[in-house]
Amino acid sequence: MLTSSSRQPENACLRQVIDAGDYYLGAVKAGQTLRILDLEGNQAADTLFYSAVDPAEHYSAMDTIREQGNLYLSTGSVLRSNENKPMLEIVADTCGRHDTIGGACATESNTVRYDLEKRCMHACRDSWMLAIAEHPEFGIGKRDISHNINFFMNVPVTASGGLTFEDGISAPGKYVELTAKMDVLVLISNCPQLNNPCNGYNPTPVEILVWDN
Amino acid sequence: MTNMYYTTDIAPGGHWSLRLRRGTLMRLTDLEGGSNVGMLFYNPENLLERYNAPDTLKCQHTFKLTHGNCLYSDMGRIFASVVEDSVGWHETICGNSRADQVAARWGKRDYQGDRNQWHQNGHDAFLVELAKYGLGSADLAANINWFSQVAADDDGNLRLVEGASPAGSQLSLRFEMDTLVLLHSCPHPLNLSSEYPARPVGIELGVAEPVTLDDVCRNHCPENRRGFANNALYYLGAAPELLPFLEGGG
Repeated sequence: MLTSSSRQPENACLRQVIDAGDYYLGAVKAGQTLRILDLEGNQAADTLFYSAVDPAEHYSAMDTIREQGNLYLSTGSVLRSNENKPMLEIVADTCGRHDTIGGACATESNTVRYDLEKRCMHACRDSWMLAIAEHPEFGIGKRDISHNINFFMNVPVTASGGLTFEDGISAPGKYVELTAKMDVLVLISNCPQLNNPCNGYNPTPVEILVWDN
Repeated sequence: MTNMYYTTDIAPGGHWSLRLRRGTLMRLTDLEGGSNVGMLFYNPENLLERYNAPDTLKCQHTFKLTHGNCLYSDMGRIFASVVEDSVGWHETICGNSRADQVAARWGKRDYQGDRNQWHQNGHDAFLVELAKYGLGSADLAANINWFSQVAADDDGNLRLVEGASPAGSQLSLRFEMDTLVLLHSCPHPLNLSSEYPARPVGIELGVAEPVTLDDVCRNHCPENRRGFANNALYYLGAAPELLPFLEGGG
């Protein structure tokens, strides 16, 4: 559902641009609101959330989908953990639909999806591996890398059981806002994928903004 | 049955795990109809390598699993191929039933009151099996729910299709690498039937015919040929019969 926000960027307590192919790992406190802003349009932001108290509790696509009985994320979606607890709620969304079944690209899956010799193309899961290696203070390991959200990505499922990666339905300036219901860590890979339309074949920056409310 | 050496029935609400070797055939039978079998795969040589539903679905351009599909790890390798299937649609997105949900839907029935007719749930069943290998909730991935068809409408609303798996429905998995298999026979999380759906499942284990270059699953799509190539690379030096698969061509 399309909903806009009245929050003003000048009131944000944090603003940070994530360049294409880079990662962001940081905290969002309970009650704070996080906006992910698609600066130039059609850019997938591959996102994971963790409990700041115990990163073994993380965003769970399965629990989120099961509890809402729906595949897609938009305003009103409650993002749940593998303990089935509410982690964040989407409170504004000017894009309308976000994916959580398409997963993230990896060098290994690129060999399968595109070409055995595309192994060395930059990929989201490599960005996550670098993030957790550079930030051991959060205690996140490879086992904690689960199924993610692809904000701004469009992966429609058909009535006959087909699945396709479509052109993004995002555009410059579209955003999604989430209010945290517990202290969380957010881990974003700003997707570097060049082999499918998820980034319009041209990865671009996104910006994150955080408000204290 | 030919090449089948071991047969067992898993009781309703049961769980099990075992390590299967490359080349093993596992046949599942929905004995009474309306069963659900939750299943997860891990690499016993590296338990951090596990079944990855998104990778499996997107590389085969499908939301459903059936004959011809391969089941991928997060490392671009194939744990198993679906070599037979009488159902046509199995889902791998909805996860598991949970204790509070089962109690709310069908009433709390615990071991103290009901002994082994208690109402088990899929999430706890997996936690029990995971713990046997030093794994926990963080290691859970989206599992397969065999015999359960879940359809999505245009808005993404999900529905478990009733009657999709009649009694006697079968599917067979051929394991393409050594695999730790975790499974349960607990109800599907979207099952809204008026009584706890207690359904047993039959399991047969045997030896699969050797994979050939013209194999249906390998040639289901170019992606699967590359998946088989990744497996051949993994077994380089240990399985000369896989060398022809290394190039990944058609």
